[in-house]
Amino acid sequence: MRRWLIFLIFPVLALQTVAAHAHKPSDSYLVLRPDGEHIEGQWDIALRDLDYAIGLDTDNNGEITWGELHARQDAVAAYALAHLKLRSKGADCPPQVTGQLVDQHSDGTYAVLRFVAQCPNRVDTLEATYSLFFDLDPQHKGLLRLDLPAGRGTTTAIFSPDQSVQRFTLEGGGKLQQFFDYLKNGVWHIWIGFDHILFLLSLLLPAVAYFANRRWQPLENFKPALWDVLRIVTAFTVAHSITLSLAALGVIQLPSRLVESAIALSVVLAAVNNIFPVVLGRRWAVAFFFGLIHGFGFASVLADLGLPRDALVLALVGFNVGVEIGQLAIVSAFLPLAYALRKTVFYRRFVLIGGSAAIMVVASIWLAERALDFKLISR
Amino acid sequence: MMSRNIARSLLFAVFCGASTVSAVPYIPQDPAQVLERLPARPTDPAMSGLRELRRQLAADPQQLDLAVDLAGRYFRLAVREGDPRYIGYAQAALTPWWRQAEPPTEILVLRAGLTQYLHDFNGALADLSRAIARDPGNLTAWSYRAVIYIVMARYDEARHDCKEFAARDSELIAVACEPTVDALTGHAAAAYAKLDQALRRNPNASPSQRLWVLTRLAEIAQRLGHNQEAETRYRSALQLGIDDQYLLTAYAEFLLDQGRPAEVIPLLQDKTRNDVLLLRLALAEHALGLPAAQTHQAAIQARIDAARQRLDKLHLSDEAVFELVFRKNPQEALRLAQENWALGQREPSDARILMEAALAARRPEGAAEALTWLTGNHHEDVILLRLAGELKALQGSKP
Repeated sequence: MRRWLIFLIFPVLALQTVAAHAHKPSDSYLVLRPDGEHIEGQWDIALRDLDYAIGLDTDNNGEITWGELHARQDAVAAYALAHLKLRSKGADCPPQVTGQLVDQHSDGTYAVLRFVAQCPNRVDTLEATYSLFFDLDPQHKGLLRLDLPAGRGTTTAIFSPDQSVQRFTLEGGGKLQQFFDYLKNGVWHIWIGFDHILFLLSLLLPAVAYFANRRWQPLENFKPALWDVLRIVTAFTVAHSITLSLAALGVIQLPSRLVESAIALSVVLAAVNNIFPVVLGRRWAVAFFFGLIHGFGFASVLADLGLPRDALVLALVGFNVGVEIGQLAIVSAFLPLAYALRKTVFYRRFVLIGGSAAIMVVASIWLAERALDFKLISR
Repeated sequence: MMSRNIARSLLFAVFCGASTVSAVPYIPQDPAQVLERLPARPTDPAMSGLRELRRQLAADPQQLDLAVDLAGRYFRLAVREGDPRYIGYAQAALTPWWRQAEPPTEILVLRAGLTQYLHDFNGALADLSRAIARDPGNLTAWSYRAVIYIVMARYDEARHDCKEFAARDSELIAVACEPTVDALTGHAAAAYAKLDQALRRNPNASPSQRLWVLTRLAEIAQRLGHNQEAETRYRSALQLGIDDQYLLTAYAEFLLDQGRPAEVIPLLQDKTRNDVLLLRLALAEHALGLPAAQTHQAAIQARIDAARQRLDKLHLSDEAVFELVFRKNPQEALRLAQENWALGQREPSDARILMEAALAARRPEGAAEALTWLTGNHHEDVILLRLAGELKALQGSKP
């Protein structure tokens, strides 16, 4: 017996040192997306591995058909989900299957199991215990991709028999980190939210000038310009903070199409007011009035990010402070430049009048798109 | 137990890359649609035998003989098919003993076979040394340890184990062990003659042993630049009709070196499940400018991505070849070849990719360890010696 072993093994052992990596070891691909009190999951498991564990090739012909897999779907789901425990703050999050599909990976076809796990509390620390196939194939690995909430990116981990229990802190390092995450999102939103920027710019463009004799004249001093800007920005901030808070706390809800259309309208009106001035000294009042509407717009972004119920105020303040920082950055870039250029024909003709006209055109298209619900230009 | 965020950023990048490979999940429409072909029909006698053994072992996992039998069968299947899933199945059969420091000798030897497959050479050597200390008559342990020493370029220790092996066994394979070491350490011509003689004196040796010796003969002739002789030996080995991936790889590389890529295509075109052979097929297609090179390049990339995702290091030297030839990234190729060398893989092919990558990256110092290995062992491979000359010239031309 021993001699026979050598015949076979000595040569092949020598040979396979180069060829060890043909085919592929067994892996499953697990994606988890915690969102509030539930966790969405997608789990890709190789059909070959499932067949080895529970048998899928019911007619024993060496081929797994869709019919055979379909007939065994309940067994597949039961077997797989019995080997994955998700817990939030020590409490179980039982999974419910929401769909079963198939997909291709580099080494063959995989069953795709979609599920939602419902936790009794908001998921902020997730404990995952993974034990799929470890008893049958200790070289099997579970490759996890965890999509963090609030658009904070992705983290990955590998489950193996030595690391079958892993914990993840979803809030990424406590309250302070959470605060800064929302703050960053606030800055980012004002930076990519062209409608808010254009509204603010429309109100600020005339701040270095005054309207007399049917045309804009440059201001002589910086101080009145600065005061004007401060009044406008403060009014806008106070106003949108009020509505952002009310909407985030669920006190007032407005339909988003109405809000988005009204925001576009506010930009049109602010731009038109520069070309055919109606409101002059009280532009801060305009900023306040329309700021109330912009606040609802911010609230819908915040809602999309996912609001932590246990840290609502923190998220709200963080996001709002982020928006203000973004605004201040725009203002502090704008004001010195505008002040320096205020006496030039270029500023008064092309920037103030021409720029306002351009803003008006763009915002009118937005208004049409949003009010009538079609797509002409992208925002 | 609570580790998290392992190699987060790297993995994320890899994950993104890998996920583009798979299509969107879908629900098939036709119940008759074949989703997967299993490696063998369950009714295949070998497979039903395995299933029966599995069933018996599951009933009482502590049965040593049964576990050794089953693990041995899966191990041989893994090696023959080049399929690492069987390594996991073999390990599962050994679960009760897997973490024991002093398991029975049969388990030590089997565990060494599995761990060296997973490139844990030091773990395997420890198990084999323990087995030999307990039972010096264990021929499998001697032969395993000799092979691992050869792979790690620890030739003095390999030669010692070959002598012990040959002193206890008169089979062709035992006689061929020491010349294999000699051929790597400056005595290639003499080793070739010895192997040739041994082959002639053992006309009744099993086909697998003849295959092994013929492959060694072909390699030695090739290294010495005796290409016609190498060709003859490779052809004799192929005529044995054993489906052996090491032989196919070696012969394909020989053909590529000889500027005969067209002959590689019929040799490997139905072997694409095997990563190693797929790479050689793609190299041949690449050399011929065939469109299939691109699809195969994408397939190899997908397999490399999948391996990186699970942090596998089994692909490194082939990954280096892939980076060098297909991705035209000599710096990354050199990094991979160096990592491969540092893990203890020190066969001529490992030295070769290290030297080629260092040349392409114009960093001759990067292959310093391969040069030390080459000169220190008086290695005689004509291609490696030419590469060493080019590396030295490049080193000299650098300020």
